[in-house]
Amino acid sequence: MSILIDEKTPILVQGITGDKGSFHAKEMIDYGSNVVAGVTPGKGGKTQHGVPVFNTVKEAVKATGATASITFVAPPFAADAIMEAADAGIRLICSITDGIPAQDMMRVKRYFLRYPKDRRPMMVGPNCAGVISPGKSMLGIMPGHIYKQGNVGLISRSGTLGYEAASQLKELGLGISTSVGIGGDPINGSSFLDHLVLFDKDPQTAAVLLIGEIGGPQEAEAAAWIKENFSKPVIGFVAGLTAPKGRRMGHAGAIISSTGDSAAEKTEIMKSYGLTVAPSPAEFGTTVAKVLGAA
Amino acid sequence: MDVHEYQAKEILASHGVDIPPGTVAFSPDQAVYAATELGGSHWVVKAQIHAGARGKAGGVKLCRTYHEVQQAARDLLGKRLVTSQTGPEGKPVQRVYIEVADPFEREIYLGYVLDRKLERVRVIASKHGGMDIEEIARTAPDELLQVIVEPAVGLQQFQARELAFRLGLNIKQVARAVKTIMGAYRAFRDNDATMLEINPLVVTKDDKVLALDAKMSFDDNALFRRRNIVDMNDPSQSDPREAQAAEHSLNYIGLDGEIGCIVNGAGLAMATMDMIKHAGGSPANFLDVGGGASPERVATAFRLVLSDRRVKAVLVNIFAGINRCDWVAQGVVEAMRAEKVDVPVIVRLAGTNVEAGRKILDESGVKLTAASTLADAAQKAVAALKGA
Repeated sequence: MSILIDEKTPILVQGITGDKGSFHAKEMIDYGSNVVAGVTPGKGGKTQHGVPVFNTVKEAVKATGATASITFVAPPFAADAIMEAADAGIRLICSITDGIPAQDMMRVKRYFLRYPKDRRPMMVGPNCAGVISPGKSMLGIMPGHIYKQGNVGLISRSGTLGYEAASQLKELGLGISTSVGIGGDPINGSSFLDHLVLFDKDPQTAAVLLIGEIGGPQEAEAAAWIKENFSKPVIGFVAGLTAPKGRRMGHAGAIISSTGDSAAEKTEIMKSYGLTVAPSPAEFGTTVAKVLGAA
Repeated sequence: MDVHEYQAKEILASHGVDIPPGTVAFSPDQAVYAATELGGSHWVVKAQIHAGARGKAGGVKLCRTYHEVQQAARDLLGKRLVTSQTGPEGKPVQRVYIEVADPFEREIYLGYVLDRKLERVRVIASKHGGMDIEEIARTAPDELLQVIVEPAVGLQQFQARELAFRLGLNIKQVARAVKTIMGAYRAFRDNDATMLEINPLVVTKDDKVLALDAKMSFDDNALFRRRNIVDMNDPSQSDPREAQAAEHSLNYIGLDGEIGCIVNGAGLAMATMDMIKHAGGSPANFLDVGGGASPERVATAFRLVLSDRRVKAVLVNIFAGINRCDWVAQGVVEAMRAEKVDVPVIVRLAGTNVEAGRKILDESGVKLTAASTLADAAQKAVAALKGA
């Protein structure tokens, strides 16, 4: 098992005829993902990499039964594309787009609330590398070959730091059940907590590696929940120990703007809730190995 | 993106918020002319910089005569003002704002912020204006009034009215405060602001409600649809290297260490800085070259990092996903040849086509140290520094 996606998940690519959308759709197909449809308004009826292209998400879902979508749509139009996917009944929406205005994401999250909980989509991103269940399916832009199939769940705000962790694990012969990039923006579709809930129920996942960074309340919120509810060991890390206050460190969400936002504070919070904290970003692999060995 | 006080006030005024009469000036003569045009008998001359706490730092001067206005403008213009929020190097004062100074009875705090946890706009108000919000939160936390805005419908009149009454205003003042609270909300929403602070909002003897100081920050991600805000950008207020980096769409933040960093991805860039510290060194900068890491971008990154004279070694850490290591290696070699790098350079490549990338570095003849892992790279960078 794995969470969010597996080899059967029917995937739709929004923006499949653009440069990025086309390139990554091909990468996903080559990895073995079940890509069933593409959407580009005005390009309906064509095919791309052998995949039928539709004008609207609703048409694509009706014709192919797609349940997951990945959006390669420029920032001004991204919120619209996400809401279109939600309205067409897509269950998992992954947004790669970097640069969506915060107020647009606020509107998207508010829009999701119109659906009752059991029909509300799960959104991953924006500004993320996507989701991969190694050996099964890739819904994202990561280099698939650095992920080995296994029993560690990985949740990371940063894309490349997630790659770093995956390759450290592989180096030690450890694999991943599913890796989720939740993105570097101030308002995310889903949080650490949303995915921890899924990892808790996934029998393949034996432990979770949670990689956060400065800014926002997410890591602390997840750590508190873990202490009360999570049955599996969790290894945590917060990047940005050397980041100055009030400066945006690349990611729009990576900024120390209030108390509890800094890496030192979040690391302390994680420790206080019983998480094992990796002493440095070079020790993701060894720390997970130690915890799994002891478990 | 930040703007000056006078620009924030212009935006607020265009949304129905009352402000005292004022004019921006770029020279002492202009300042005097502004004062004569504005009328009145007392003026404040305020240094315009992208930082707060100007009053305590001598950046706000009360003047009773035109001569004093001229003197105040002369004292401030062309100087660097150091406040508790600017850092030791301060910010250059190139503009002053001349404002009519009329007496007021009360000072109120009014702020708007994008709340990340609630994913909504939060409006904060307090009877205790004139001091910073952290201080209010510390000294009178029970008197912090808060309202959460429902994004589907926006701020409602009744919410503004409730706030105004809880601030203890009389009925005449309430009507004006509601207009201010609603207007400021529209200014926030319609310009994609992330922060708006009116501190103080003052109440005068004749029941006027005026924004005496204003601070606004805007969402960089929304600037594509806010040309009016982009036009207000004042590059003199940012670090010149950061401004240069922004021109090449690189994310650069200057720090005060000795090891320059060139990394792809914000999270990995922060982790690389952390790793340098862990190994006993200190990073000179944060630099995210982005997913692409093309040869031109790597070359620009080298130029930027080396323009910092404190840099005694450079650490390049690229985890190639879509961009392949051989391509990145080519970029590093080209950049090092073009930029005549004279400090030790440590390069760590990982990911797609890593073997081909390392081969290119080995065979290039360029003087650099290859590293295999993140830990190895940080240790070699710190060692190179100590050997130098």
